[in-house]
Amino acid sequence: MRALKFIIPLAVFVGLVAFFAVGLTRDPREVPSPFIGKPAPAFTLQQLHDANATFDPAQMRGKVWLLNVWASWCVSCRVEHPLLVEMSRKNLVPIIGLNYKDQRDDGKQWLDKFGNPYTLSVFDVEGKVGIDYGVYGVPETFVIDKQGVIRYKQIGPITPEALDKTLVPLIRKLEAA
Amino acid sequence: MKALLAALMIALSTSAFAQADEVANPDPAVEQRLKDLGEELRCLVCQNQTIADSNAPLALDLRNQIRTQVKQGKSDDEIRDYMTARYGDFVLYKPPFKATTAILWIGPFALVALGLLVFLFVIRRRRPPPAAAAVPQERRAQIEALLDESGRAETPRGPPRKDPRRS
Repeated sequence: MRALKFIIPLAVFVGLVAFFAVGLTRDPREVPSPFIGKPAPAFTLQQLHDANATFDPAQMRGKVWLLNVWASWCVSCRVEHPLLVEMSRKNLVPIIGLNYKDQRDDGKQWLDKFGNPYTLSVFDVEGKVGIDYGVYGVPETFVIDKQGVIRYKQIGPITPEALDKTLVPLIRKLEAA
Repeated sequence: MKALLAALMIALSTSAFAQADEVANPDPAVEQRLKDLGEELRCLVCQNQTIADSNAPLALDLRNQIRTQVKQGKSDDEIRDYMTARYGDFVLYKPPFKATTAILWIGPFALVALGLLVFLFVIRRRRPPPAAAAVPQERRAQIEALLDESGRAETPRGPPRKDPRRS
């Protein structure tokens, strides 16, 4: 019974250490998306390269696809762009670009310069669709399944690690479903 | 003269930030509601500022969005729901009371209550309640005589020892 005097504070300390050990590895600035498991919000936007053509996510039903939010003014996007180009070359999964709050010409020139991994890009000049998707920074990437449900959101650039450990297994799993 | 110019430039520069979301004829009622709501919502880019205060482009967009919705006649709750549907509960400065946030809200009170309990428990342990009965008069005189004696003499036998505190 006397040992309890020492065991209780020790137990509390161990508990605290466990919380810190997990908590400190997390990024407090990351805002988890409330859209995981919910249908991707509908929209109709002009395409970047062709103002006369539009795109609606419903067109992608039956396919697993990525929605990648990018902009010509975004520096971090240049970090993940080679990876996206590589993914498109390997035909891993269709990638639709969401050109966020950009100028049409700037966007087109950026793709000419750095490569175009996108099946197509939509032109969200006011960022309204971005807000509807809960975009708060660029780049962000959504993984959307065959039923049009958002399954995962990558906040920030896609790293090789995120690609190998999270995205590719998820895409494989969703395609098998 | 230079100081005056510098001061003027600094004073005017803040208005440049507000330009993009200034309306031609601001409706004071709408702007007030915008301010009240904006101060309850977190800017997700800076994360330590409210949407009302932040100069981030996203905050600007969201302020315009709120203004449009207020003009459309949406209620405060509807606008808050719009924000949480897109950004989650983190966008609210006042976290809602849910199963997941119960610990956050109740925790401090629970800890205070726990502390009080421990405190009372420790106090009770140290001092058992005195079971003193009233002292009868005869004994009282004897007790006082004894107390007086021990005050005068250091020890019951022998000469008084030197006070070790005085060297």
